[in-house]
Amino acid sequence: MGKPSDLVQGTLDLLILKTISLEPKHGWAIAKRIQQISNEVLQVQQGSLYPALHRLEQQAWITAHWAESETGRQAKFYSLTDTGRAQLEKETANWDRLSQAINLVVSEA
Amino acid sequence: MRGKLGMQIRMLFRRKQATAQLQDELRFHLDKQTQENIAAGMSPIDARNAALRSFGNPGLVREQARATWSWTGVELFLRDLRFGFRALLRSPGFAIVAILVMALGIGANVALFTVVHSVLLKPLPFRDPDQLIAITEAGGDVSPDHPVAAGMFAEWKRQNRSFTDLALVGDAEFNFSAGSHTGEQLAERLHGTNCSWNLFSVLGVQPALGRSFTAEDDQRSAQGTVLLSWGLWMRRFGGDPAIVNQTVHLNTIPYTVIGVMPAWFSYPSASSQLWTPIYHDKPTPLMEKLDDHQYQAVGRLRPAVSEEQGRADLAVIVHRIRSEHLDDPYISLGVNTRPLLEDMVGEIRQPLYVLLAATACVLLIACLNVANLLVARSASRRKELAIRTALGGSRLRLVRERLMESLLLSAAGGVLGLLFAAGALHWLEQSRNEMSRIESIHIDSVVAAFTVSLIAFCALLSGFISTFSSAFRSKDGQSLIALREASRSNSMGHARATLRRVLLALEVGLTVVLLIGAGLLLKSYERLRSADMGCITENVLTMRMMLPRTIGASPAQMVNFYEELLSRVRALPGVKAAGFTDAVPGQGYWEDANFSIVEHPSLQLGKGLFAINRWVDPGYFAAMGIPVLKGRLLDPSRRLERADEAVISSLFAQQYFPGEDPIGQHLRIADGRVLNIVGIVGDVRYSIGEPPKPMQYFSLLAGAKNNGALVIRSTGNVAPLALPVQRILQSLDRDLPVSDILTMDQLLGKSTQGESFNAVVLLVFAALSLILAAVGLFGVLSYIVAQRTSEIGIRIALGAQREQVLRLILFDGLHPAIVGLVLGLAAGAGVTRFIQSMLYGTRPLDPTVFIVVSLTLLLVAAIACLAPAWRASRLDPMQALRSE
Repeated sequence: MGKPSDLVQGTLDLLILKTISLEPKHGWAIAKRIQQISNEVLQVQQGSLYPALHRLEQQAWITAHWAESETGRQAKFYSLTDTGRAQLEKETANWDRLSQAINLVVSEA
Repeated sequence: MRGKLGMQIRMLFRRKQATAQLQDELRFHLDKQTQENIAAGMSPIDARNAALRSFGNPGLVREQARATWSWTGVELFLRDLRFGFRALLRSPGFAIVAILVMALGIGANVALFTVVHSVLLKPLPFRDPDQLIAITEAGGDVSPDHPVAAGMFAEWKRQNRSFTDLALVGDAEFNFSAGSHTGEQLAERLHGTNCSWNLFSVLGVQPALGRSFTAEDDQRSAQGTVLLSWGLWMRRFGGDPAIVNQTVHLNTIPYTVIGVMPAWFSYPSASSQLWTPIYHDKPTPLMEKLDDHQYQAVGRLRPAVSEEQGRADLAVIVHRIRSEHLDDPYISLGVNTRPLLEDMVGEIRQPLYVLLAATACVLLIACLNVANLLVARSASRRKELAIRTALGGSRLRLVRERLMESLLLSAAGGVLGLLFAAGALHWLEQSRNEMSRIESIHIDSVVAAFTVSLIAFCALLSGFISTFSSAFRSKDGQSLIALREASRSNSMGHARATLRRVLLALEVGLTVVLLIGAGLLLKSYERLRSADMGCITENVLTMRMMLPRTIGASPAQMVNFYEELLSRVRALPGVKAAGFTDAVPGQGYWEDANFSIVEHPSLQLGKGLFAINRWVDPGYFAAMGIPVLKGRLLDPSRRLERADEAVISSLFAQQYFPGEDPIGQHLRIADGRVLNIVGIVGDVRYSIGEPPKPMQYFSLLAGAKNNGALVIRSTGNVAPLALPVQRILQSLDRDLPVSDILTMDQLLGKSTQGESFNAVVLLVFAALSLILAAVGLFGVLSYIVAQRTSEIGIRIALGAQREQVLRLILFDGLHPAIVGLVLGLAAGAGVTRFIQSMLYGTRPLDPTVFIVVSLTLLLVAAIACLAPAWRASRLDPMQALRSE
């Protein structure tokens, strides 16, 4: 069974970067948001989400701060850094190129 | 700080905080999910469980997130290191044994490698050492390789086109005396070198102090000049630089010290303590002779000229000279060349490589042993490992921990081994100071790199063997079996000892190979030492001396001295007989002399006869117990010009007078004199490892020899006679030094020092391996017995005889030993031919050695297995069954 949540690593990075590009979010909200926007197609497993978040943080593409969440508890909010924004643009462009190419192949062949 | 670097620095110093935050972050996620589930209508408990289910293993997620952090590799390494330390500290006995075993293996290898590297592999410490070539002459089948005649050397130097320069080198003995600081003249006999003045420029070496020789120094008419070795300078002059331009006396002739050579310089041999110009020291007629082979030549090839070209060039010159002197059969036919390094270390190369191979075996055995110990440990930790695997511990982590443990053991062993190697090298330098290039042995960066790679090799080898035996075996399904097995000791563990048995068989096999090698060398040495020298070797004392010119350069004065000395020595109480010769049996080839037989038709042009010759006094044969086979000995009353008699050895008679009676026939020797053959004596060996050769004895009373060895035989212990004999010598000449005061036993022992060293070192290695193998056998069998306790208990309870149990277990233990023995014997038979050239009077497949080795091994193996087998047969069945 091809699980829809089995995301290619680079793709998950792109989704995370895109999701927090408008406003800082915590991990749970990021997973929820991806799920909602994709109409429940993309299920991000926690086992992939948190390692990815920490990896991006290590790359300094995203940065984290602790703030009060909507329920009043302290939560870790992630936001894009400048290099992260540049990375997002690069990956978006990449993605566009790749998906168009795949579309071409799939529709033509 | 922002950016990646800032992140890295933060991760380095705020790990603890980050860990706590990660924990909070994940808990927040879970709680949030739970709340959402509750909002969707689940009961709180169901909500929590659903959240946990969708979350997966929180510990694993935490670990995976952590794994992305910077420095994780370092952190894990440190943690494994800590774990490793703790694990080893928990069983210090195991750790100590394993470290010692490793230290032994690594230490022996580092020591031998240092020797091989320094002596054989490192280039000579001269300028462009690849261009330096040692040259000797070749004379056809009779004498394929012999020293160089000075006249021939002069022709080479004049005519060759391949060498930038050639130098001549010869051994020399000196009576050295010098005013020390207190002003007294202390005479001693020293070994030194005569060399042409350009030797040092050919080698590209400068004196550490003062100047080198010039062409003007190297003439018969020049003032004597001498260069001292660093050691002699330190010993006799306390390293005082004022020694330059001072006068010392060599053979009572004044020489000016012009310089001191550097401490590392030891050409042509480590025993050379001073250097003098050869054309100054030697009479000019000798230096012009084309057929008096006494020296060695060393040349520096021109750039881009090969050794073969150089040899061909010199060979052409030799041919031309030979064809110009067809009447002289003693002029050589060709030349031999070899790189100077090869010339200096060629003889010790093979023994060193054999010893290095032996140490490699020891190291392998040590690794196998440590691997074996690790396997045993992992077996006892199986339950722990199984639990960790069940809890999601990654297999890689377990493997890394195991490797870390063996790395720790190897590293500790390596450090200890390095110390051990340094000690062994220090001892070697003390005990083998005659070995070529021994002074160049140092632990340097290459050796350090070698040590590190050895440590890595040992760590990986023993680590992998032990991990393969357990970690990879416990596949997912097997961790359950492991858990079950650990709580109920059934015979499952038995199968897992297979790997250890294989290791043991290998270990025993290597040990057998080492034992066979050691046995062969030992037997060969025994043969060598018990070789019949052809003379008496008990209670015989020898000492060498050279008569200085003060006693008299004239033959009559020398003969008077010898006669006076011998008659006074013979009168000493306890002396049974005394004699004088230029070289005693076992002291070496020394010299040969050309001769022709007057009664025989003259030989065809270009053919000549030569044989070893000795100048002896008439009493020498009685002193050495060399039997007279026919005729009589030299007549003591025939002195000086009337000393016209010769004695020949039995082989000489057989070879040159086949089917004739040599007595009454005459030899014409090189100086034209004709000697009457008066007797035939038994053969003696000139060197202990060589078969006897024909020998001719001339009378010392002709007064032609000014140096040689005094031999004294006593009725009992001969050593106490050394002092009274020296007193006699002192009363004859206060400044006459003697050297090499040795009993025959010591002299022969010294000449076989290399052989005894090789045999003893190899024997020590073999014994160590045997002990290691025995310990391994004991360990494995004890483990098996412990594993099978309940089984054995049941057997005994069901009526098995104690003897049956004993036999069962004993055979179980002996099995790998026997397999190893067969392997080892086969391998031994294959490799011993490599040491064939090191053996004397012993075949590489000597059956006694193979049988003795097999019996020794079986005996040791049986003893090692007996204790555990005995314990098994004495088991109390009740206790054995209850012990579960």
